[in-house]
Amino acid sequence: MTIQSAVAGRRPGDRIAALAARAIDPKGIVLVLLIVILIAIVALNPSFAEPGSLMRFLQRVAPVAVVAIGQYFVIVSGEFDLSMGAVVTAQVMTAGHLIGKDDAKTVPVLLLMLGIGVLIGIVNGLATTVLRVPSFIVTLGTMLVIHGGIMWWTGGSATGDPAESFRSIGRGGIDGVPVLELIPYAVLILLAVVLIGVWVSRRPFGRTLVAIGDNPDAAAFAGAAVGRTKTAAFVLSSLSATIAGILLVGYAGVHPSVGQGFEFTAITAVVLGGVVLGGGRGTVLGALIGALTLESLFTLLNFTSVPATMRDAVQGAIIIAAVAYSGVVFARRRRRQAEPAVESDASPTTSAGVSPSIPLTDGNEAGRE
Amino acid sequence: MRRGLSSAIGLVGASALIALAGCTTDPSVQPSGEGGGGEEESSQEWFDQELYDTQLAQRDIDPQGPEDKPYLQMIDPEMVDTSQFESAGEKKMCFANASISNPWRQTGWITMNEQLKELKDNGVITEMETRDAQDNDDTQISDIDYFISEGDCDGFIISPNSTAAITPAVERACETDKPVIVFDRGVETDCAVTFIHPIGGFAWGIDSAEFLIDNLSDGDKVVALRILPGVDVLEQRWAAAEKLFDEAGIDVVDHFTEGDPATIKKVVSDELAKSDVQGIWMDAGDGAVSAIEAFEDAGKDYPVMTGEDELSFLRKWDETGMTAIAPVYTNFQWRTPLLAAEMIFEGQEVPSEWVLPQDPITADELDEYLDRNEGMPDGHYAKFGGEDLPGFPEVWQDRVIP
Amino acid sequence: MRQRLRRLDTTALVYIALVLVLIVGAVLVATTGRSFFSAGNIRDILTGMSVLGFVAIGQTLVILGASLDLSVPYVMSLASLIAAQTMDGSDGMVLPAVLLTLAVTAAIGAANGVFVTVLKVHGFVATLGMGLMLKGYLDTNYQGTEGSVPWSFQLFGATGIGPVPISTLLMLALAGLVAFVLARTSFGHHLFAVGGNAEVARLSGVRERLPLIGAHIGSSVCAGLAGLLLASRLGVGSPTVGSQGSYDLLSIAAVVLGGTVLMGGRGTIWGTIGGVAIFAVLDNLMSVMQFNPFLKDVIRGLVIIIAVALYARRRLIARRIRFAEAGPTGASAAGASAAGAGLTAAAEPAASPDPSPGAEGEPSPDRGGARR
Repeated sequence: MTIQSAVAGRRPGDRIAALAARAIDPKGIVLVLLIVILIAIVALNPSFAEPGSLMRFLQRVAPVAVVAIGQYFVIVSGEFDLSMGAVVTAQVMTAGHLIGKDDAKTVPVLLLMLGIGVLIGIVNGLATTVLRVPSFIVTLGTMLVIHGGIMWWTGGSATGDPAESFRSIGRGGIDGVPVLELIPYAVLILLAVVLIGVWVSRRPFGRTLVAIGDNPDAAAFAGAAVGRTKTAAFVLSSLSATIAGILLVGYAGVHPSVGQGFEFTAITAVVLGGVVLGGGRGTVLGALIGALTLESLFTLLNFTSVPATMRDAVQGAIIIAAVAYSGVVFARRRRRQAEPAVESDASPTTSAGVSPSIPLTDGNEAGRE
Repeated sequence: MRRGLSSAIGLVGASALIALAGCTTDPSVQPSGEGGGGEEESSQEWFDQELYDTQLAQRDIDPQGPEDKPYLQMIDPEMVDTSQFESAGEKKMCFANASISNPWRQTGWITMNEQLKELKDNGVITEMETRDAQDNDDTQISDIDYFISEGDCDGFIISPNSTAAITPAVERACETDKPVIVFDRGVETDCAVTFIHPIGGFAWGIDSAEFLIDNLSDGDKVVALRILPGVDVLEQRWAAAEKLFDEAGIDVVDHFTEGDPATIKKVVSDELAKSDVQGIWMDAGDGAVSAIEAFEDAGKDYPVMTGEDELSFLRKWDETGMTAIAPVYTNFQWRTPLLAAEMIFEGQEVPSEWVLPQDPITADELDEYLDRNEGMPDGHYAKFGGEDLPGFPEVWQDRVIP
Repeated sequence: MRQRLRRLDTTALVYIALVLVLIVGAVLVATTGRSFFSAGNIRDILTGMSVLGFVAIGQTLVILGASLDLSVPYVMSLASLIAAQTMDGSDGMVLPAVLLTLAVTAAIGAANGVFVTVLKVHGFVATLGMGLMLKGYLDTNYQGTEGSVPWSFQLFGATGIGPVPISTLLMLALAGLVAFVLARTSFGHHLFAVGGNAEVARLSGVRERLPLIGAHIGSSVCAGLAGLLLASRLGVGSPTVGSQGSYDLLSIAAVVLGGTVLMGGRGTIWGTIGGVAIFAVLDNLMSVMQFNPFLKDVIRGLVIIIAVALYARRRLIARRIRFAEAGPTGASAAGASAAGAGLTAAAEPAASPDPSPGAEGEPSPDRGGARR
């Protein structure tokens, strides 16, 4: 955001140059990719640009976006959460199993689900920080435990779709709105999650998280409560998986395969959005843009006649290309920065929206990339 | 690591010595009779005209057998003598299961265990040991080999995870001269005493595609929702349907969804955004409800649809009153293997290929099947065929999985 | 006793855990009236080890280099198909097929390595993307099992010496070879150095890219070998056989279960083999006891977390001792404990200002970072 103030004071020609510079910036490139994909979708199918369709699209993206934002907090602190998909499945099955057609149970079960989400986050966080097990392994383990456990408990089949009052959270919306036609509740929830996410990430907590991801030892020396902060990040992550589960119960219905592979989708979205695996760099909005890009790519492939079997390949290639691009640009910029004569406007973007007050960026990144 | 290294060298050396001393082929492993390289029919194309014609014909044949026990009915049976296996006393069956990873298999697995409880009272089949391969060919091969050497089995029941890959292991089981019963997916050998299966994937494809063709007109668009590529049971369904759609001039688009309702809903929504959709074809009914809801949410008319006899779909169908059919991949086939085993030990004739009926549920029968399965969870299959078993209905309602 | 336990390196601990699992297994299996050590059961366990073992050996290489390989399931499937199709039932084609398979898998590994090192894509993303690309290729070009493996090659998966399958012996031989390469060649030392801290390695004159590219090639080739073994056992090539076993995550779990640090720079091949063996014994045990398949996953997950927590906990204790006993007198104890110490956090001995000077000079072969 520093760049805007820098841009504002200059001549128009410079401004265009700066915009162009920003577009080829690793963070900007995802946005460019997103815009290109959206334009392609609209070109193939103009009705997509209607406000109603866009609302529907956002409703569909909401679960993935919410999960990506939750995953952001874990990844930026240098950890992974592979248990998210299993948490989504578990929450969906729990809702289907416990609520049934009884509207009165909606609120108690909702609270129970949030409680389960918090509990899973605490377990993941404590195992990572207190037991010192790498989070990749902890959450791989909890993924197996949660998925196996929920299947064991429900016998693989939940009673059925829960009461409409519960499902309307993910499926319904405010009807009859001018221009937009319908504002899905899911979009409102997504908006709330984004706002809370951005707010949290700018609070001391969020900055500490980034600092921990950047260099845990330095952060600990500086007085950060590494264990508590990371555990809180895991709680945010599994809470976001819980919210995604609630939305998916409405959007897709209750089925044991809902949530399958969400951990990889979320991580891919986060990485596409410029968040660096290993921690220390990235933004909530980046994660959101990553999720939007991934889902719009899926939609684009549905609109084109790419054979169904080739879609994974296209997705894989684009992910590698996008991440490679930002990796190479970052590396080049770092090299340029290392030289004495640095272009003055290169530095504010390097930290990619991360609090510039964090030192120690350079030398340590090499080890993680 | 230095220690590790020396032990490594020791190990390698020792094993080389042993190998030189005398390399023995596992006695239970023998080359298959024809000598290996003969199986050139591997499938690049799933469509098989001969099999298609057989299944097309079998759909119209009245099955033989008791009217009230569909799981003992057989279509066009060629009976084989089993007197060589006749023996008295209590028997133990060994069951190599592919997995219980989807609601169809879970429902069947519950039914099979209830059937086992009933048979235990007869005193013939008194025990069944099960190994579950969790959808892994390699594990299932090991499971079968384990049963052969350690299982102390009087007979084998195998539900293969995949056709070609499990064939050698099934042949090894046959070489023990104990009865082998294969059900659900087949194998490329006829060494098993009986192969139990419903008519098959082509029949499914014909039932479903013909229904859509009858209810749609030339140029209508059908969206085909497929779970994943490369699984023979599913590919055959699609192969038959695709051929019929082609011939009827129906415009069809296919997508893979991994059976995930969220993906299904996105795919259908996008297809609806492109143009109106008049028909939905599914290679399995899992997640059918979300496809229907995509029409509701987009404010479009319900399509003509084929799902499966999973209750979630039947209930939604009933609720919406749409034009639909539920093709059936007969779930009650899970009862038959144990009953066949009992017959074999009693020396009764069984068909070498035990083809069970596979009748789709039509609109006329919908209410009947909904009544029969009242109180069952959404993931239950209407034609599970266990209504007369001791645990009915609680065991299926509570999804008690051993 | 505690003191002695502390001195054990992680690999020894892995094998102690394995022995414990074996004892529990033997007792539980005995309650069913069977023998845990019967030929058939041993063969079942060892067969279970072979495929995962091959994959995990390769996975160890990339993890030592602080990367990951999530593409292994698809590499395995592709390898099984290339092998089965090239052989097509003829004995004469076995060798060309094996060579072709290894060449293709090596090329995939090289591509992964280039993505990770030159294009600076995190190993997780690079190999996830590569996996998706391979999946797309497999789904598009293969509609099910294909090809046919001649009887001579099926023997690879089916022959045994007594209860010990040849495939397991080959897997162990490969483990020995890789352990040798890691301990005795400059590639191995450089890989440890790069995995420990790429920056320090670079400043010390190690070319950081080559070892990691090599590790990725190694990982893909090992996955290719696993695919060859699967083709031999299945008799055909299969486009789904790799993803059926979730070998990507399981192999990573086995590597970490074997005491290798996920952040790179520390670990052993023999630890990995121990981790693979723990999984195989556990699976065998749960199958013999006829556990509910869903429950099996719960137990696998718990074992992964608890076992790794035990190692990590021990490292923590060892580390505290090291700080307490710093100084010349503590040198030998610290040297031993340092072998398992450290690296729960990001710091690497060669990089961090180590408060125990004695440990720094100790020529422990485990510590590639200290040797060049």
